[in-house]
Amino acid sequence: MSESTPKIAAIDLVKDYGHGKNKFRALDGVSLEVPQGQTFGLVGESGCGKSTLARAITLMDAPTQGSIVMDGQDVTHLPKRRRKAYRRTVRMVFQDPNDSLDPRYSVRRTLVEPLRSAKSPRAEWDRRATDALESVGLGQDVLDRLPHEFSGGQRQRIAIARAIITEPELIVLDEPTSALDVSVQAQVLNLLVEIQNATGMTYLFISHNLAVVRHLSHRIAVMERGKIVEQGAGDAVMDTPENEYTRQLVSSMPGLYRS
Amino acid sequence: MNRAQAGGNDALAIEGMDLHYGSGNNVVSDVSLTVGSSEIVGLIGESGSGKSSIAHAALGLLPDSAVVSAERLEVAGRDMIGAKETEWAEVRGRNAGMVFQEPMTALNPCVRIGDQIAEALYIHGHPTKQEADARALELLEAVRMPDAKRRIGAFPHELSGGQRQRVVIAMAMVAGPRLLVADEATTALDVTVQAQILKIFRDLRDETGIGILFISHDLGIVSEVCDRVAVMYQGRIVERGRAAAVLDAPEHPYTRALLESLPRRALSPRSPLATIDAVRRQTIQELEDA
Repeated sequence: MSESTPKIAAIDLVKDYGHGKNKFRALDGVSLEVPQGQTFGLVGESGCGKSTLARAITLMDAPTQGSIVMDGQDVTHLPKRRRKAYRRTVRMVFQDPNDSLDPRYSVRRTLVEPLRSAKSPRAEWDRRATDALESVGLGQDVLDRLPHEFSGGQRQRIAIARAIITEPELIVLDEPTSALDVSVQAQVLNLLVEIQNATGMTYLFISHNLAVVRHLSHRIAVMERGKIVEQGAGDAVMDTPENEYTRQLVSSMPGLYRS
Repeated sequence: MNRAQAGGNDALAIEGMDLHYGSGNNVVSDVSLTVGSSEIVGLIGESGSGKSSIAHAALGLLPDSAVVSAERLEVAGRDMIGAKETEWAEVRGRNAGMVFQEPMTALNPCVRIGDQIAEALYIHGHPTKQEADARALELLEAVRMPDAKRRIGAFPHELSGGQRQRVVIAMAMVAGPRLLVADEATTALDVTVQAQILKIFRDLRDETGIGILFISHDLGIVSEVCDRVAVMYQGRIVERGRAAAVLDAPEHPYTRALLESLPRRALSPRSPLATIDAVRRQTIQELEDA
């Protein structure tokens, strides 16, 4: 595999929902490439298609047209068994850990669930759970506690631990800090950078918040109505936006973030 | 929106407020806060800081388990210390409006928005159907509802989040209140919509003379609308002043940490942001000593 082969690429993705008169094109020819070890930030507002793109890349929802390529291999239509393996390689973290963590599952059970389905040796579970918790700054004393015993920020750490426990190559983060207080958001952003620095993780980071996306990403893309309307280095997009919608997005940001 | 307020009375005046729930510790300690007419005062704080308890106390919306004491609590010039629920209900209808984070919780999903606004108008007077409809349209136009004439017949689910929040603001303005409490009112909105709603708050302040208590954890948003700010941490106000002054040169370590936790353009990408230990919440004393 050459140096320049992206970790993940989306090529001309189209996703339609509904039929005939009710057809809605959620993705309209989206292409992007994320190099290994980098963060690609995707910014856009409600309904722009950014979460549909996340579902396509994680193979939760097949695109109508186009392909997803990982390490140079087309994975768009993987057979069922290999798709399961892919989902251990490409993990996802969602906005609201209240919704994505099962309230009845202890932290231990939440963390080992993906190991169980990967049929990894049971003897390793505890050690891997402890390692994953340590990577997100939590001790093994939390293993037997339930989600409701944690703050929003701690719950999001647990969700991140669950994502990294399978040693994935790509994590898709869909608004992972949008429900958090700013100082807790800062902790989670710092944590994501630390994990990337330590492991060379590749991220696809999705948010409506341009300031957050710009802070975390090597490259960003702006989505509007199913299309990427502008992409480039974060600072360039923010300082000299070329697209009309990007300009609107930048000028709507509170001045404090732009300074 | 024709009720320009004269009079020197503040929209809200709180002095020395303590508040706790049941037999718990104080969640609000010795808080004093005023909101004058024609000004927007930001109450900044994170989850658990006590900011929403103050919002609820200012509107008489605290649960029965809340124990509140204050040297002064005046809403639109009315002394509300020890006020009964009937008095609070009158104040909430006539003198103070409220806008919370999630507009759907404030709207009836089965009633057209024009009728919901009209319903509030009937409570406050005896307009004819035509008068109520005309006033509802006027209120929707005042909150810049796009295509208000058509949308007045819409159900809440047919509107976007920003449009719903406009309806809630319109309903809050029905009786021409002197105080508006906005608790994380733009937090759930897209940034372009958020910018529009913030402008509505500024316009209402300038056009109607209303005083707005604007509660948020996001300093970026607060800096866009507020004239003065108060920063809350662990139930106490740790810093206050003109918004520009506090945000340009914060004095309290908590305010500084809050500012430095923002991913601002001036920082290089992926550089560490300031954090406040959320696990062992640092006490005010620890922060000040550090």
